[in-house]
Amino acid sequence: MAFGSVGALLRAAEEKPLWEAVLDEDCRDRGADKKDSMERMTALWEAMVRSVDEYDPQQRSASGLSGGQAAKMAAAEKTLCGPYMGRVMATALSVAERNACMGRIVAAPTAGASGVMPAVLIPLRARENMDDEAMVRCLYVAAGFGQVIATRASVSGAEHGCQAEIGSASGMAAAALVHALGGTPGQMADACAMALQNVMGLVCDPVGGLVEEPCVKRNVMGAVNAMAAADMALAGIASAIPCDDVIDAMAAVGRAMPAALRETGEGGLAATRTGRKIAQRAGGKPGV
Amino acid sequence: MTIFDVMGPVMVGPSSSHTAGAVRIGLTARRLLASEPVKADILLHGSFAATGAGHGTDRAIVAGLLGMAPDDPDIPRSLQLAKERGMAVHIHTGELRNAHPNTALVTVTNAMDRTVELSASSLGGGRIRINAIDGMEASFSGEYPTLIIRNQDRPGMLSEITRVLYEQRTNIATLQLYRDRKGGLAVTVIECDDPLTPALRQELAGLDGVVRYTYLNMTEGA
Repeated sequence: MAFGSVGALLRAAEEKPLWEAVLDEDCRDRGADKKDSMERMTALWEAMVRSVDEYDPQQRSASGLSGGQAAKMAAAEKTLCGPYMGRVMATALSVAERNACMGRIVAAPTAGASGVMPAVLIPLRARENMDDEAMVRCLYVAAGFGQVIATRASVSGAEHGCQAEIGSASGMAAAALVHALGGTPGQMADACAMALQNVMGLVCDPVGGLVEEPCVKRNVMGAVNAMAAADMALAGIASAIPCDDVIDAMAAVGRAMPAALRETGEGGLAATRTGRKIAQRAGGKPGV
Repeated sequence: MTIFDVMGPVMVGPSSSHTAGAVRIGLTARRLLASEPVKADILLHGSFAATGAGHGTDRAIVAGLLGMAPDDPDIPRSLQLAKERGMAVHIHTGELRNAHPNTALVTVTNAMDRTVELSASSLGGGRIRINAIDGMEASFSGEYPTLIIRNQDRPGMLSEITRVLYEQRTNIATLQLYRDRKGGLAVTVIECDDPLTPALRQELAGLDGVVRYTYLNMTEGA
């Protein structure tokens, strides 16, 4: 029955690579063979790549709130973050916008956070010249950590706020990046822990209840935060609080969150005067 | 919870609960009707009613009624496609008593004037729960081949039903029993590990005391 803790995941990774421990556990879990599991994960990777390749800068969401932002980011010539980070940001925007426009994406772990994983992995594949198999292994690492988060806490904004959606995606992405760059399982756990720490308490306050504002832009933050956490872990910076404890703390914070800040479109940005106006115009939830 | 609940599914956005789950609700209604719907009445409740339009919940449910899966790129065009295929669709909002925030009541009718009414809720991550079929209360996911039997509440009824299942060596995954009153009508919901053969279903339907039964299998057919 899957991994209930990052501790258990790290113990399993003493005998084999962490991604393989996740793969083996999946096979036991579902009574499937390795080939079946690998094929499913490869299909998800391919769908992720397509969700980026098929970005249409002309598309707009039904509400008119989303569309064209990734193209603007990609066209920006002088940026503080530099060209590589610019590609990461544009990739996050493109998938999140595509999601808002009813395009096909991969929920990772949710549709609202679908931009984070492709944003950190797809530019990296090009830069490091990695093959698809290597990227699929990254997805196993991300899924292993994601499963622990989903089991001990939640990946639902309606339950635990945005920390559970963008936060979880960011933690999963951070662990995957450490794997991609040759880090140890302990560093993966540190990266995941630090990424989650950085967004602890983040509320889910979609304007009009729609997965658009601020969700699309928070995908950018999730990706950038994952890269920073991975770099810290790879530099030897550890999380003082172990990853399991961070996840449990996140769950406790989520439980303490009032309903207005959990995807109801009634608090935070959604409850601002402008937020309410936009909601009325967009035909979404008017807010209170 | 498997790793593929956390990574995936491939789906049309924007929301796993308001879009992907909604497609599954429509698809479930279609499977229950076991034929092409020509008429559909869709009542959206709670958050489905409040933010459904912006999330494409209406189009998602209709897409499911047309037989589409949650990753079908035609989902945004489903209202147009329904029109082209001669399906009359009526979508409205309303209040359902004690219902989950993401609930829809879907009533579909086929060309032979057969009607099925489904109440279902979207729980997040694309997962759904079926609350009632034709007013018979139940609570199951639709992820397994499922039997929904309306039967008399009398001793031995369950043992006769399970005997028939055992004859085909069908393993029962979960089992729920409801009844309106002692000796009245009961609803038996059985989730099975394997699909049931038509012969077995016929035998179940012929059991003394079985008033009516519905079989749902989301894993096969259209």
